[in-house]
Amino acid sequence: MTLRRRLSDAFYVRPLFLLMLLLIPPLLWLGIIYLGSLFNLMLYSFYSLNDFTGQVEYRFSLSAFQQLFTSPANVDIVLRTTVMAAVVTVACAAIGFPVAYYIAFHTRGSLRMFWYLMVLLPLWSSYLIKVYAWRLMLAGEGVISWFFNLLGLGWLLQGILSVPVVGGPSLSNSYLGMFLVFTYIWLPYMILPIIAALERVPKSLIQASSDLGAKPNQTFWKVVWPLAIPGVAAGSIFTFSLTLGDYIIPQVVGQPGFFIGQMVYTQQGTAGNLPLAAAFSVVPVVIIALYLLLARRLGAFNAL
Amino acid sequence: MSYAVTLNNLVCHFGAVRAVDGVDLEIAQGEFFSMLGPSGSGKTTCLRLIGGFEAPTSGRIMLFGQDASRLPPYARDVNTVFQDYALFPHMNVRDNVAYALTVRKVGKAERDKRAEEMLELVKLDGLGERRPGQLSGGQRQRVALARALINRPRLLLLDEPLGALDLKLREEMQIELKALQRSLGITFVYVTHDQGEALSMSDRVAVFNHGKIEQLESPKRLYEYPRTEFVARFVGSANVLEGRLIGQPAGLYALRPEKVAVSSGHSAGANRLPGRLLDIHYLGSQTRYEVEVEGQRLTAVSGSDDSELQIGDAVTLGWDAGSLRALSGAPAPAPSLAPQGGAGGGKGHGGGS
Repeated sequence: MTLRRRLSDAFYVRPLFLLMLLLIPPLLWLGIIYLGSLFNLMLYSFYSLNDFTGQVEYRFSLSAFQQLFTSPANVDIVLRTTVMAAVVTVACAAIGFPVAYYIAFHTRGSLRMFWYLMVLLPLWSSYLIKVYAWRLMLAGEGVISWFFNLLGLGWLLQGILSVPVVGGPSLSNSYLGMFLVFTYIWLPYMILPIIAALERVPKSLIQASSDLGAKPNQTFWKVVWPLAIPGVAAGSIFTFSLTLGDYIIPQVVGQPGFFIGQMVYTQQGTAGNLPLAAAFSVVPVVIIALYLLLARRLGAFNAL
Repeated sequence: MSYAVTLNNLVCHFGAVRAVDGVDLEIAQGEFFSMLGPSGSGKTTCLRLIGGFEAPTSGRIMLFGQDASRLPPYARDVNTVFQDYALFPHMNVRDNVAYALTVRKVGKAERDKRAEEMLELVKLDGLGERRPGQLSGGQRQRVALARALINRPRLLLLDEPLGALDLKLREEMQIELKALQRSLGITFVYVTHDQGEALSMSDRVAVFNHGKIEQLESPKRLYEYPRTEFVARFVGSANVLEGRLIGQPAGLYALRPEKVAVSSGHSAGANRLPGRLLDIHYLGSQTRYEVEVEGQRLTAVSGSDDSELQIGDAVTLGWDAGSLRALSGAPAPAPSLAPQGGAGGGKGHGGGS
């Protein structure tokens, strides 16, 4: 009793001590195990692989990056992945924003809980199951193709699939299909931060805007959107980086071309070229950093 | 000349809640009009109906002679100062003030010039670059005012604009608001639960209770001639007495504490009541006496504390017959802190001395 009392007193008098006690384990985990290994991996991108021995040489070298940027195949992989990530992010924002807007501004209490659940529900089931389910749905004999034929719109699907680059023999073997799966899988990660941002917008701001003569579309672009941007930025970082790093979906759905994630996976595994894998994994980090800088320059975080 | 605001049998229900339950009123142009009432009395809903933020269940809203019942806020020549100020956090003060011009696509140079003029008017010149988050409560209040006035609206709605300010600042702003209203000649509709604020600034005051107007009058008449027990108690404070207790025809009568004199000892007579002194509150400029009379707690206020009265003393309350105000309507439920009213007075009636 006395010991507990004295401990309580000590914690009360020195709140920082308690805070440190609580923070040291996660800081150790985050700082050493998580960030440390990440930095170690990046360090590897500045080493090189000895082609004869297959061993990593621990001396500073830019050969991994040279390999990355001089091989057209590797540049293709970076471009393909980045474009896919960008398109998926835009689609997630376009689909997610209205949903988040509805939930944040037009629901309350149990109805809001219901919609939160609906957004989160897909995350409860296995990622692999969802991806393979999509593969079946998108397949040439799958339900989507069947539905198009049922409506007599089979020609439309064929027309879409005959578009170069985007199309392919079937949806499950096309970039369009891959895009659909990516967008589906990452959508909750876009919706939730936008809801969080919009929930913090007081209703009175919208009324004030309207009161001062702004029509609904002006209110949206001058008040709601600027205040929602931090949420959209947070969501887009999720969807963008998750797409950049994913190596399952491009394997299961889509065309044979590699994505960054797959490349990292094969280079560090079967090929044993850890420096090149590390160089590939640096690319998303750099892209995200540039994206954030640009967003800040454009004033996306002014309201924070 | 048409009225600035005319409300015809205005009703607004939220589900089972009758927020506004049949309000009729006319507000003249250039008037400083206050809506006074406790929270939940319907005064704010009434203001929001005029602003267009709520839709009436039935009834009609006329603004400057035109039916505005179903117009959206942006189509009404009305601006509002919100209770929480509702300043846009992502814009600086100047852009906040100029917002009404921005949405009307006024050029930037003109916008900035007029915003600067408005900031001068509310004595905030030089703070245009600041963000709302960097301002004090009083400054934010002034920004909200400047923003609402920049378009020279013919009608300004103010929803408890001083509620979040401390007493000193509130009194300063009351004087400034009144002066501003006079110099601009704009109609002000002012919602408040602070009766002192309503009395000191307004040309007329509407007292709201349960979604209806209890009394609508000039501040002076409202205070001097309250018509119902609710108004008597809410506007200032009042002793509410049964007629038979004080030798008057049946019914309820209001008597202001400052009209009651306290004297030592028991003495009988007309317009007098014997009682026992329960408590003395010294308030500086005046002294308040709590006196128990026939099981009822009455209050008297006198200017100076020259008496030697002690708590527990036998005292007599006396007043001028002309100070009594007959009240109409059903008795309001007695406030829980001061148990009084018909039941208590009736019980003790037989034992009068």
